[in-house]
Amino acid sequence: MTTRTEKQEDSMSTATTPTRAPHRDVPTGHKEGRVGAGLFDPRQLVKSLPDAFRKLDPRVMIKSPVMFVVLVGSVLTTVFSFKDPGDWFGWTISAWLWLTVIFANLAEAVAEGRGKAQADTLRKAKTDTVARRLVGDAEERVPGTELRVGDLVVCEAGDVIPGDGDVVEGVASVDESAITGESAPVIRESGGDRSAVTGGTKVLSDRIVIKITTKPGETFIDRMINLVEGAARQKTPNEIALNILLASLTIVFLLAVATLPPFADYAGTHLTMVVLIALLVCLIPTTIGALLSAIGIAGMDRLVQRNVLAMSGRAVEAAGDVSTLLLDKTGTITLGNRQAAEFVPVGGTTEADVADAAQLSSLADETPEGRSIVVLAKEKYGLRERHQGELVGAEWIEFTAQTRMSGVDVDGRRIRKGATASVIAWVGEQGGTVAADADRIAQRVSEAGGTPLLVAVDDEWGARVLGVIHLKDVVKDGMRERFGELRRMGIKTVMITGDNPLTAKAIAEEAGVDDFLAEATPEDKMALIKREQAGGKLVAMTGDGTNDAPALAQADVGVAMNTGTSAAKEAGNMVDLDSNPTKLIEIVEIGKQLLITRGALTTFSIANDVAKYFAIIPALFAVVYPGLNKLNIMGLSSPDSAILSAVIFNALIIIALVPLSLQGVRYRPVSADRLLRRNLTIYGLGGLIAPFIGIKLIDLLISLIPGL
Amino acid sequence: MGPVLAGVLQLLALIAALALAYIPLGNYMARVYSSDEHWRVEKWVYKGIGANPDTEMTWSAYLRGVLAFSAVGVLFLYLLMRLQGVLPGSLGFSSVNPAQSFNTAVSFVTNTNWQSYYGEQTMGHVVQTAGLAVQNFVSAAVGMAVAVALVRGFARSRTGELGNFWSDLVRGTLRILVPAAAIAAIVLVACGVIQNFSGIHEVGQFMGGSQQWNGGAVASQEAIKEIGTNGGGYFNANSAHPFENPTPFTNLFEIFLILVIPFALTRTFGVMVGSVKQGYAILATMFTIWLGFVALMMWTEFAHHGPALQAAGGAYEGKEVRFGVGVSSIFAVSTTLTSTGAVDSFHSSFTGLGGGIAMLGMMLGEIAPGGVGSGLYGMLVMAVIAVFIAGLMVGRTPEYLGKKIGTRDIKLAACYILITPALVLVFTGVSMALPTPPHSMLNAGAHGFSEVLYAFTSASNNNGSAFAGLNANTDWFNTMTGLAMLLGRFLPMVFVLALAGSLAEQKPVPVTAGTLRTEKPLFTGLLVGAIVIITGLTYFPALALGPLAEGLAS
Repeated sequence: MTTRTEKQEDSMSTATTPTRAPHRDVPTGHKEGRVGAGLFDPRQLVKSLPDAFRKLDPRVMIKSPVMFVVLVGSVLTTVFSFKDPGDWFGWTISAWLWLTVIFANLAEAVAEGRGKAQADTLRKAKTDTVARRLVGDAEERVPGTELRVGDLVVCEAGDVIPGDGDVVEGVASVDESAITGESAPVIRESGGDRSAVTGGTKVLSDRIVIKITTKPGETFIDRMINLVEGAARQKTPNEIALNILLASLTIVFLLAVATLPPFADYAGTHLTMVVLIALLVCLIPTTIGALLSAIGIAGMDRLVQRNVLAMSGRAVEAAGDVSTLLLDKTGTITLGNRQAAEFVPVGGTTEADVADAAQLSSLADETPEGRSIVVLAKEKYGLRERHQGELVGAEWIEFTAQTRMSGVDVDGRRIRKGATASVIAWVGEQGGTVAADADRIAQRVSEAGGTPLLVAVDDEWGARVLGVIHLKDVVKDGMRERFGELRRMGIKTVMITGDNPLTAKAIAEEAGVDDFLAEATPEDKMALIKREQAGGKLVAMTGDGTNDAPALAQADVGVAMNTGTSAAKEAGNMVDLDSNPTKLIEIVEIGKQLLITRGALTTFSIANDVAKYFAIIPALFAVVYPGLNKLNIMGLSSPDSAILSAVIFNALIIIALVPLSLQGVRYRPVSADRLLRRNLTIYGLGGLIAPFIGIKLIDLLISLIPGL
Repeated sequence: MGPVLAGVLQLLALIAALALAYIPLGNYMARVYSSDEHWRVEKWVYKGIGANPDTEMTWSAYLRGVLAFSAVGVLFLYLLMRLQGVLPGSLGFSSVNPAQSFNTAVSFVTNTNWQSYYGEQTMGHVVQTAGLAVQNFVSAAVGMAVAVALVRGFARSRTGELGNFWSDLVRGTLRILVPAAAIAAIVLVACGVIQNFSGIHEVGQFMGGSQQWNGGAVASQEAIKEIGTNGGGYFNANSAHPFENPTPFTNLFEIFLILVIPFALTRTFGVMVGSVKQGYAILATMFTIWLGFVALMMWTEFAHHGPALQAAGGAYEGKEVRFGVGVSSIFAVSTTLTSTGAVDSFHSSFTGLGGGIAMLGMMLGEIAPGGVGSGLYGMLVMAVIAVFIAGLMVGRTPEYLGKKIGTRDIKLAACYILITPALVLVFTGVSMALPTPPHSMLNAGAHGFSEVLYAFTSASNNNGSAFAGLNANTDWFNTMTGLAMLLGRFLPMVFVLALAGSLAEQKPVPVTAGTLRTEKPLFTGLLVGAIVIITGLTYFPALALGPLAEGLAS
């Protein structure tokens, strides 16, 4: 939303309502504060298997140090098994180590696979288009891939727009469903904030000339394809940091295992390489190492599923850290337009009279405000909506931006409704007087943050004002609760509006936001963002106009509306294809969920090791120090079975946690303390206990195999 | 009164004394490191060493100060010992051999005070007082200075400046350690610890035969030995020697001295970062671990199962009857959970599990409460690690004390936690793999392995206590433990100071309802858990083959 749009509405001169894709006011998939996630289909595992094998390439594996160690371990155990082909234990361990690596790759492949379907749809839109390039006045047909920045191309009804650009001439309706999935066409016109067009979308009517702004291969649709496929994915700062920590833990365990042979030899038992590698793989944080990249991809994917494109993973992470949300009033906090809330009679008339006159005079007003008057009259006063044809001999006066009034002349009555100043002037022209309380009531409505409209009539008793219509911003359902949730999450909300401070304050109070910025100019917005950032806060905002671009670039999370200008889309680090500003809240939740999932699985992974030691250490050393059998608290059946069970558990837990890593850990908007307590209990304590049970169960199964 | 009750009562008295000293001492130390004024005597020192105490230092300048000062210290001490034979006041002892001189010089400069020599048979008055005693003060002051630099890293923002090393060093010595040691020494003298420069006495033994005793400035050295968490005894028997530790009261008093500064530094930390609650959280973490270890140690020692019982007929083997089992357990835990290494009983004679508890205490990195300074910075680095792992679980990139834990910070913290495990495991592994070093072991089997593991654990963590039995005075052990001490002290300092510099440059993140509250008990529990689990996982195999194998045998 731009401040420009706000001001238009303010002056009640909304001759044309802005053209935009319809908002989905109720965010999809959002129930009880949970960020919904795509369902996990086990068949995806099978489908992704070939990709998982392809990822065994060491050059790919090295990116995850933990899994690289497992890969090396698998190769080594296999080599040792070949040397001693009769050793079933070595073969089994090798097989499970390979499975561990493949399961890890599978997790990543499944995560990537989910984006592939969307990428394919996008590719279809990108099919070779033929561009009609303007050379002077002549037109030539060239392939879309040969367009250069600055080229002018013509598109007419039925043409697919060959590349990203700005409309420089004409106006057209465009079908952008290939990108947004939204079938309603949007208007694109030269100049202003609706000039950006995207390659791959289709012109439905009229003719436009487009100036190409992006090189082929770097267009929005290309970037989208890369993003959803994960090809453009770079590790985020937090992911890198976590990888470092995991690598250092891996080194610690590598040392612990590598120094074990001399200790064991001294104790009088010899440890085979297979056993040492099994121990190492069990200890290093394979669970999180295997799932880390899948978690990151799935986080981006959750955004894509909500039709948000994050241009960098950094932005998704930053979203979790946001402590100030700048929300535009219109469209985010309030419904797009003001609505009639009340009819106030003046000078001895009744409410019903006012309602009747207001309804009649608004029948010719097609603006949303006008429609809302008719609706209010029907809902509150039971006045059936009359149609313009029913009233014989009526002369309808349409609302225009110039007169700022609408009305009807019927049965000798001339009824008008409109902006205060216009109606007062009209009454004066008809030789009538304005009741003193009309002005007072209008004033009161203004002070309460509403917009007053006057209803006047000129009949046999002369021209006079009948009453005041109170137009007010209607705060969307549930916004107050959402802001309350945000407050509990530690996020401050600031409402941005072009309204005067009085109006802004009233709406801010009604909506329950923490703060507001009234009569906001782009400079004010920028200053506010900088001020918050100076205090160490991370700021998120949405915007769509060219004048929003600097603020979008300055904000830590800048979500550009897809309906916005290319400058805005370029400046922000996310694009919302639905152009729904409320989505900012969901984006924050997705960012948090991403971080929580990482932390939870890391904690789980490390806590798991305790049980593995209790399985493996007695198995290795009880031969020489029988006392160590006291550590075999799980009562595992044999040393081989104990080691094998730990290795198998270690591999299976990866597969078991794939759905969680893709869907993300459940997030509730509660305080940090409660979140931590909850997650520590589930993933910390659970991580300690679960493997004891898991390893014991696997051991029971193994001990059932005859001959062992 | 039974021995268990006696032990518990002494424990309660100790806790009460520590609690009384906590706030005044902690606040005083915060003032020392924050004040703008210089004492006259300090100005003389600055003039003497040519340092400007008012310039702010970046982390690398601070580190250069630490390393240069310590290098000079090692060199001076080495030469002093090598030249002892020609120095006056040496009680006729000859010069110390190169390997042992290196080992001892490093040992005292790194605040380890590992002793591969018999004090009363090797070091004369000059080396003891002008060399070893001086390092007892300044090595402790260096540790405190580094801790304070890290605290400043948390407290400051948008600057790379961490204070002035020379000023921190001199103030730590003159305003904290010297006065505290003076008071403590007077108390010790009053209680019967000797303080003289007498020569060697020939003393007739109770059972016939004779023995040589020498005097020395024992009380003054004893005081700083404990207060500076040094641990290097004047005599070989350390605090089990009646000249160093004559009565049950001095025994308890010495434990108090060991613990008082490391615990109080958490208050200093809280005051300096502007939230005493954060200091309490760190204190609670340290105290929980310390108390847990004391309880565990008392339990295993009073139960006295293990080979010691069979070998010597009770848990008293290796323990002073003057002190008893209970308070010896407290001493053992306190000395190994700090970087002290003083002993009033012999850890190798503890039960198998008891010896393991002492080792585990050091393996935790000596952070509960740890050495003077080193305990605090070690614990803060662990807090950074814990915050990083668990902090993610509140859905924000992790932050501690208003500082975001970014890639660079975690890299430095990760390097820090790698060092000591690497030193302990690699040195022990190599020693066990080579043919000769195991000959130093006195015992065979798991206990013999424990001797070697203990030696390198103690050296790498700058503890200094020994698991008696091992003959560490060989070229191999003198050199290797020397290297372990050197790397175990200064490599972590490099990473701590770099971390401090990185933190100081950041701008602070404001606290909101979405911030992980690090002053709450939940976080303390988390931190304790993270420390115990991460350390436990690192050393479990090694411990299983040493103390666990021994302790679980019966």
